[in-house]
Amino acid sequence: MTMAPEEPKVEVPEGYVKLTIDGEEVIAPKGELLIRTAERLGTVIPRFCDHPLLDPAGACRQCLVEVEMNGRPMPKPQASCTMTVADGMVVKTQRTSPVADKAQQGVMELLLINHPLDCPICDKGGECPLQNQAMAHGRADSRFRDTKRTFPKPLPISTQVLLDRERCVLCQRCTRFSDQIAGDPFIDLLERGAHQQIGTAETAEIYDAASHTASGKPFQSYFSGNTIQICPVGALTSAQYRFRSRPFDLVSSPSVCEHCSSGCAERTDFRRGKVMRKLAGEDPEVNEEWICDKGRFAFRYATAAQRLRTPLVRNAETGELEEASWTQALAAAADGLAKARDGKGVGVLPGGRLTLEDAYAYSKFARLALRTNDIDYRARAHSAEELDFLASRVVGTTPETGVTFTALEHAPLVLCVAFEPEEEAPAVFLRLRKGARKRRTKVVHIGQWTTPAVSKTFGELLACVPGGEASAVEGIAQHAPDLDEALRAEGAVVLVGERAAEVPGLFSALHRLSERTGARLAWIPRRAGERGAIEVGALPTLLPGGRSVEDAAARSEVEQVWGLEAGALPGTPGRDVTGMLNALVTRDLDGLLVGGVDPADLPDPALARKALAAASFVVSLEMLPSEVTEHADVVLPIAPVDEKAGSFLNWEGRRREFSITLEGTGALPDCRVLDTLGVEMDADLFTQTPAAAAGDLARLAPKPTGSAAAPDVPNGHVPKAGDGQAVLATWRQLIDEGTLQIDEPHLAGTARPVVARMSKASAAGLGRRVTVSTERGSVTLPLEVADLPDGVVWLPANSPGSKVRATLGAGHGAVVTIAAGGDQ
Amino acid sequence: MSADPITPVLTKRWLSPQSWRLSTYEKLEGYTAIRKALAGTPEQLVQLVKDAGLRGRGGAGFPAGVKWSFMPPNEDKPHYLVINADEGEPGTCKDIPLMMADPHSLIEGCVIAAYAMRSHHCFIYVRGEALHCIRRLNAAVREAYEAGYLGKNILGSGFDLDITVHAGAGAYICGEETALLDSLEGRRGQPRLKPPFPAAAGLYAAPTTVNNVETIASVPFIVNGGADWFRQMGSEKSPGPKIFSISGHVERPGQYEAPLGTTLRELLELCGGMKDGIPLKFWTPGGSSTPLFTAEHLDVPLDFEGAAEAGSMLGTTAVQVFNETVSVPWAVMKWTQFYEHESCGKCTPCREGTYWLAQILERMVAGRGTEEDIDTLLDVCDNILGRSFCALGDGAVSPITSGIKYFRDEFLALCEDNRAKQELVGAQA
Repeated sequence: MTMAPEEPKVEVPEGYVKLTIDGEEVIAPKGELLIRTAERLGTVIPRFCDHPLLDPAGACRQCLVEVEMNGRPMPKPQASCTMTVADGMVVKTQRTSPVADKAQQGVMELLLINHPLDCPICDKGGECPLQNQAMAHGRADSRFRDTKRTFPKPLPISTQVLLDRERCVLCQRCTRFSDQIAGDPFIDLLERGAHQQIGTAETAEIYDAASHTASGKPFQSYFSGNTIQICPVGALTSAQYRFRSRPFDLVSSPSVCEHCSSGCAERTDFRRGKVMRKLAGEDPEVNEEWICDKGRFAFRYATAAQRLRTPLVRNAETGELEEASWTQALAAAADGLAKARDGKGVGVLPGGRLTLEDAYAYSKFARLALRTNDIDYRARAHSAEELDFLASRVVGTTPETGVTFTALEHAPLVLCVAFEPEEEAPAVFLRLRKGARKRRTKVVHIGQWTTPAVSKTFGELLACVPGGEASAVEGIAQHAPDLDEALRAEGAVVLVGERAAEVPGLFSALHRLSERTGARLAWIPRRAGERGAIEVGALPTLLPGGRSVEDAAARSEVEQVWGLEAGALPGTPGRDVTGMLNALVTRDLDGLLVGGVDPADLPDPALARKALAAASFVVSLEMLPSEVTEHADVVLPIAPVDEKAGSFLNWEGRRREFSITLEGTGALPDCRVLDTLGVEMDADLFTQTPAAAAGDLARLAPKPTGSAAAPDVPNGHVPKAGDGQAVLATWRQLIDEGTLQIDEPHLAGTARPVVARMSKASAAGLGRRVTVSTERGSVTLPLEVADLPDGVVWLPANSPGSKVRATLGAGHGAVVTIAAGGDQ
Repeated sequence: MSADPITPVLTKRWLSPQSWRLSTYEKLEGYTAIRKALAGTPEQLVQLVKDAGLRGRGGAGFPAGVKWSFMPPNEDKPHYLVINADEGEPGTCKDIPLMMADPHSLIEGCVIAAYAMRSHHCFIYVRGEALHCIRRLNAAVREAYEAGYLGKNILGSGFDLDITVHAGAGAYICGEETALLDSLEGRRGQPRLKPPFPAAAGLYAAPTTVNNVETIASVPFIVNGGADWFRQMGSEKSPGPKIFSISGHVERPGQYEAPLGTTLRELLELCGGMKDGIPLKFWTPGGSSTPLFTAEHLDVPLDFEGAAEAGSMLGTTAVQVFNETVSVPWAVMKWTQFYEHESCGKCTPCREGTYWLAQILERMVAGRGTEEDIDTLLDVCDNILGRSFCALGDGAVSPITSGIKYFRDEFLALCEDNRAKQELVGAQA
């Protein structure tokens, strides 16, 4: 006799409900939207306005389903993107309900009556949710016999983003993204009914001068590209990609952004050996589904006409760089480096944009082939205090032990010091805004003025004079007791940026603050390679894994792994960047091996130029001609990220691995070039490939964080400006004159206006433009009034017409001369 | 007070000289209810309005007392009372005349309702086109402040109330309560997602009740007359007096007050019958968003239940009367053009659907329609009804579906020419 199998009783856990979807019982967390529950069951309900990271809108009505509550059917079909699950609910989707199916088909037909039939020339064709869902849930033909609504098209709403209002289905994903996620509500709905359209204050004039967006400003956002990606039709397209290719011709490769230290997941689409576009990848722990416009659009540098593709060797007779074979060039480089090494030595400047594997090759090459600790990746303002800070508080931190994106979102308080999140790490900014918006994270900024990031994180500004940040941090206990209290709360975080290296005593003050309050401290550098370079020991005081060069036991560990004789590694700390440059000028150093370093980024570009000229032998590993290649004796071309594999370590210490996107281009990663160069110099690096380099590095397990001594430097005096002077505040804008942004004019057009900023009192009498000068040179910019402290002037650090380092030879906290700049 | 069905209540002061003045109002029992109300507790007032069975006069007929009781009993956040005076439903002309003729009855009602809901700020959102009305309301509010009926410590009761008169900007959608709140906040007027409902998070995300002008103006009479008196008028489920706005082909169009449940036949008597004696063809019981009625429905009791049973809705009791000279497809086209023009654009069915329906109807009226178009009209209506974000989409299809239901022949007649032509073409082939 067979027994009927007993129905397994399903326990509904606390915080969950049980409902039925299409006859299937399902347990769902309270608050979950029906559309997601159905999706977990494998039933995709068509939708346009719904997006998991945006607040529900219920506008498109495409996701209608039938719902029964407490045994009573609701009279109307319900939007499954706005209705949350409830216990005992019975839901019928298009799979089981003719009513829901007809409702969906009806809405689809309505969406299509005014949609142009330009799929064959539309960028979205082939990956279009409207196209796909119309095929799956729409009628085969339209009953619409009348006149479609037309608009002139396309309409540029920024230099990068183009709007096609005919294709728009008015789902409002773009406006909701800009308003909710980015905080840049510069696009909005205009007009009403069938005339309703997306627009900006500027486009509004075209239809009706009475319409304006709430802000009255053009679509200016560092995140505008996301609106293109989430647009469910081809209404938003980029000037960069428009009409370039069809989705089904593209090959997609997961990748990692090479720009800032966030390490955003990306998808790189290429065709016939050429990258056509980059899209945001999904990583809920890091960038969720968003990337900034720099990460999305700034990749054309790799296809620039001037890209270096063959090695160059300087002809001793003519003094010109000439193309050479790899064999010749490597031999020349090895020869020159060996001579210089055996003379006064060779310094290594790897730069801050390397992958972990490439940086490791530099670190190992310096120690093995050049037998020196003269290596410093920091192609920016730096200090010995910073070095101590990196060695004691940063190296070795991981997402398990340190601060993470998620921790930022959940923190009760985040204090940003000398860090401009939107400009320096946009994904961090988005997370801070999300925390502030959704979880009431309080964000406090110690800076100079209420920047867009301060307002968009609903933040509070503690304004101080540039260079006075350390005193401001020290003064928290006395002057801001509520902040001091908040820092003691569980989960409170302090973020510090690269600018801190320019403020003596700031790292020490932050360390003390963190020790005193228990707030967790995270350092967020600006460049993608910085965090990895620390880990692999591309610093004068550190060996791989946070081992101190002065620690004999640590050295011998490394010697063992590297197969060196005991005592082979030098035990004295090397010179930092400035030290090396000075030594070159004074002829205490002969040679230089340089990675991707722009002398204009260094604290004193003039000194860098002098040093490059003075060096007896310079090898440059570069992708593009630069001031370094101008002085180099041998130039070895290396591969951009798309043409190599590797990994970045993001600011969290999270390994962001990526594989090669474009294979077979012949371009070599730095680690391979250095490996071969090492062989020429009788040093085996075992870094032939990024994988080999990673394997070699893995044998050097990182030391626990915190074994080194924390910095303890007294606060520098707060700079004071005399008559006709001001203290300079300066940092970089996300979109500026950075080398990796070349050849992308549409992106450059979305940069923020280049202006100087001063307080109302300080700006009085200066007119509409201000000239900021030092004995080196001057910068003249339009002057805007902002809430800076008196006697302070802010300049963008590397924007068109405002190259602060290169022109003024000064940085954050310097005292500069101020004069009226004329009205031009 | 007697409860003779013909004795006016809401409109009783309208014909007095300078009826809008505070002095006139005070002479005619004005501001007597407020004293009684402020002497009681908010809970008593809510109960009184519940007992009276007062139902919202803005169209939906939701019980006012129940709506008031949704307001939280605490005052953790400010409470707001918002008066929907954005009278925009085609055919409706009761709130603006009421505010013109007797603004103080609304103000007194506001004080009582605000007190019942623990609100200290009331906004009256007046349709922007009604400039004359906004001026009169502002003058009345000023008078009330000066007399101590508004402001701090009203009549020594300790209760404070401010009233702000706000002008709308001319959008039909802003009569929808959540779109009205967005508009009041200075945003684009489009309906909000519910929940949260206004009583939980309305104006400025604070507890809010939105009531129609006529609803609130009824409150002082209930306070003075009591629930039982109020219930003597109208029907069991739809008690009280109501202002019917009668327009179209009648001898004396205008506002007629009568108890709920009065029939069109009775109303026609009040307004002198059909104009020039031309027979009635069709009419709306409560504005263009309520399905049409015909001469068959002359004896339908015009209360919430009666209208619904007969296949329509009471709506705003805007009775638009059309005689036999009017083409139904033409009238339906004009209404549909109105909905197309006023669709806010937020949701697909209403935005795209009204755009399509208007074009089909325009084509039909121009003699270029086909029988197939009638089916398309009905199916598109079916795809809008109950699928749109707010109730305005439902309202937009009412004239079409009811027009075709009762007068399909007229729509078919418009297609005759086309059919003849097509047959001729077939014959040639």
